Amino acid sequence: MADQATVDARGRSCPEPVIMTKRALDQNGNRAMVLVDNQVAVDNITRFADSRGLKVLVKEKDGDFELTIG
Amino acid sequence: MGFDSSDDAAVYRVRDDLAIVQTVDFFPPMVDDPYTFGQVAATNSLSDIYAMGGQPATAMNLICFPSCLPVSVMGEILAGGYDKVQEAGAIVAGGHTIEDEEPKYGLCVTGFMHPKDVLTNSGAQVGDALVLTKSLGTGILSTGGKAGMLTDGEYRRMVELMTTLNKNAQECMIQVGAHACTDITGFGLLGHAYEMAAGSGMTLALDSRRIPVEKKALELAREGIIPGGAYNNRGYLQDFVEIAPTVSLELSDVLYDPQTAGGLLIALPEHKAPELLRRLEEWTGDARMIGYARPFDGKSIRVK
Repeated sequence: MADQATVDARGRSCPEPVIMTKRALDQNGNRAMVLVDNQVAVDNITRFADSRGLKVLVKEKDGDFELTIG
Repeated sequence: MGFDSSDDAAVYRVRDDLAIVQTVDFFPPMVDDPYTFGQVAATNSLSDIYAMGGQPATAMNLICFPSCLPVSVMGEILAGGYDKVQEAGAIVAGGHTIEDEEPKYGLCVTGFMHPKDVLTNSGAQVGDALVLTKSLGTGILSTGGKAGMLTDGEYRRMVELMTTLNKNAQECMIQVGAHACTDITGFGLLGHAYEMAAGSGMTLALDSRRIPVEKKALELAREGIIPGGAYNNRGYLQDFVEIAPTVSLELSDVLYDPQTAGGLLIALPEHKAPELLRRLEEWTGDARMIGYARPFDGKSIRVK
């Protein structure tokens, strides 16, 4: 997945992380890696990915969350 | 009123036949247009007086304003607030301004009423019907608005919901007679229904198919355009609310969605509900009977 887009949405509050994720998915064939720093963003991005039938893998790392979508 | 049942405003009995009712509420903008923001904030501030069954009389502005914005913007916010207070039949009697990084606006409102007419949120009785007077979804719609995801029509509909005074709904309720009332604001339908259920010692059984909900809010919730407050509400209510698995996730999101200047939730004897709905129809197409109060069965709210 070398061509996967990485989005850093840490420090952003809703709805921004979802909008940034949407843009990345649209530009990269529905694959993206997203970094966020709050649970609301994790939940909202997960709902967005579900609405497109995409899978989300969430890894927690030092208080941040790394979401792999695809 | 006491502090244990989370009522909407403070009531003080001045004489045997006169009580004053007071409330204060202010918040940052949820729309870009300053005049609209002023209207929304005032509609929201006045709502607590209506929810208690009172008539607003005087209001005082509270405004936080950054020095980097033109003063004309403040003038527009205040004009929006002034117009709504006037529509409510009350007067703006002054206020206070301080400098702050982010604008905030709201009002401290004083109203009057007969002490015997005070409507708390804890008077619901077994068998009461529950009527909701406004459609839900303004928190999610505002979040969608910030993301530029609303059409002009959807934006206007959201503003219409947030700038409709609960004045007419309250008049209809008083004419028909009710047991309990609260207004739906930051804790969402389920948060404010929980306060009514807990205060009344009842279980409120809600039928999700009857609850008036904005279609666009459901669509946005499905795409994860949900304010943090909706998740907070879901979190703190989890032990008190049971939602049937047949209710979709996005519908439950809207039921937890924090509302700005939401409608009234009214508990009244079931046989009076049709008369209330008939009177409300003159003012709004949104009001619905959404459920019943039952003896407490272990959960404060059950949604099917």
